[in-house]
Amino acid sequence: MHIAPAFSCLEILDAVYYGLMARDDTNALQDIFVMSKGHGCMAQYAILEDLGILTPGDLEEYCTPDGMLGGHPDFGVPGIAASTGSLGHGLSISLGMAYAEKIAGTNRRVFAVIGDGEMQEGSIWEAIMLTPNLDVRNLVCFLDLNDFQGLGRTSELHPHFYPVAQKLEAFGWQTAEVNGHDTEAIHECVRAHSNTGPLFVVARTVKGKGVDFMENVPIWHYRSPNPEEYRYAMDNLSEVTE
Amino acid sequence: MRNRFAETVYRLGQEDPRICVIVADISPAGSIEKFRTEFPDRFINTGVAEQVMIGMAAGMAQRGLRPFAYTIATFALYRPFEMVRNDLAYQSLPVTVVGIGGGVVYSTLGGTHHAQEDIAVASAIPGMTVISPCDPLEVEYATEYCATQSQGPVYLRLGKAGEPVLTEDAVEPFEVGKARYIRRGRDICIMSYGMTMKQAMDVGGELEKQGHSVSILCVHTLKPLDTAKIAEALGDHDHVVIIEETSPHGGLGGLVKQVAFDEKADCEIHAFSLKDEFIHVYGSHQALLAAHGLSTDAILEKIHARIGKD
Repeated sequence: MHIAPAFSCLEILDAVYYGLMARDDTNALQDIFVMSKGHGCMAQYAILEDLGILTPGDLEEYCTPDGMLGGHPDFGVPGIAASTGSLGHGLSISLGMAYAEKIAGTNRRVFAVIGDGEMQEGSIWEAIMLTPNLDVRNLVCFLDLNDFQGLGRTSELHPHFYPVAQKLEAFGWQTAEVNGHDTEAIHECVRAHSNTGPLFVVARTVKGKGVDFMENVPIWHYRSPNPEEYRYAMDNLSEVTE
Repeated sequence: MRNRFAETVYRLGQEDPRICVIVADISPAGSIEKFRTEFPDRFINTGVAEQVMIGMAAGMAQRGLRPFAYTIATFALYRPFEMVRNDLAYQSLPVTVVGIGGGVVYSTLGGTHHAQEDIAVASAIPGMTVISPCDPLEVEYATEYCATQSQGPVYLRLGKAGEPVLTEDAVEPFEVGKARYIRRGRDICIMSYGMTMKQAMDVGGELEKQGHSVSILCVHTLKPLDTAKIAEALGDHDHVVIIEETSPHGGLGGLVKQVAFDEKADCEIHAFSLKDEFIHVYGSHQALLAAHGLSTDAILEKIHARIGKD
């Protein structure tokens, strides 16, 4: 399971679900969220449970044969807009959704979260190049810039990936840079750029945020805690949230 | 085929606002220009970018649209293979992946443009429907099916432009998922689909001249395969000949032999396909087929060696 990748984007998802996504008269979500870095889906599952879209039982049955939640999100599960997990797919799908809403004349927006390692996929750049050319303005893409990928720090493995925002600007996107753990700042930067163009938010984050022994330690990309580590992590998280 | 596809999409698109065409810098000429002009929002050119073409088509289908994603077969299926598999098939979305130039149709362009294993590649994906029409009439029927079905993705394999009409006198109607007799005989059944249906007709005509009674079975839908009809044909004929423009691995020939084994069929089977080789030959489509051993003469010669020439 991928705990640290879920912790790095938790506040981004929190900001999207509780502050940015439009709701209809019945309070149901109208906008669309696509978790392109599908391995961070535990963050999404927790929020969907809090919203009542998934049940506590669904979470209990995570990755078990009786349950419906897997290690990557599956289209068809309540609240999941797209099957992701293989990196580099979610932005093209999000673009298709945003385009469909655009030509249907709705106000729906699509929010996507991609990872910094994921941005090395060529398909991400195909979608980046195409989006402004189709004048799609109802798409907001968050980059969860936690500076880690499978084999180390992104800034060391791919130093010319930086600076990121300027590259997106050159391709015709609106861009913003924000502390990815500051919910209010995320709200403000998205609201400031609403519907003037596709928006790319470079969200600086910490992998494993909230559990001190996981923060910025590569093994926690996928490692599961043993019982002792789990107890410590839960205590650590409750201190953070208090 | 290309033109009939474009005409059909234009006609259907006038009635159904869900129909979209998304291309990667390759466009069927003719009527698609009318579609593009009249419905500019529903015609997208992603540029030379096939991964986003398929991914975007998936997102559009998830929001209720019916996209046709169109380009040269190799680029439609191989380049964005994982998008076809994950975004379309895994999510069961009604997107039609249209591959123009299936087989070795792009006969002067070399192996990079030959979709000689596309039937196997597409058929291997769970939930994928694979249709290879043999003439403009079948293209029209198949396109109508693709535009209205809700089951999941379809790989629609087209040839090029200018194919003759072969099925106007077919003795059975076209229905996706059902093989159909174009002509019904008694002794020899030739099974084919797609562009090699012309070879099948020519071979059949020669065998008839020699006194055989020949059936032509059109297996336009490779997946799901109409195994019942194939089993019936295996039972009804002494010889079954399969002619197809695809790799010997994962094509109709192997599938028919599986059915024959399961049914304990008591007939002889003669399977002709492309070779399992990249062939560096440039010329007409017929020249490429001949290089792969699929000329009418070469097929007849091998059949004669097995069943004798009266």
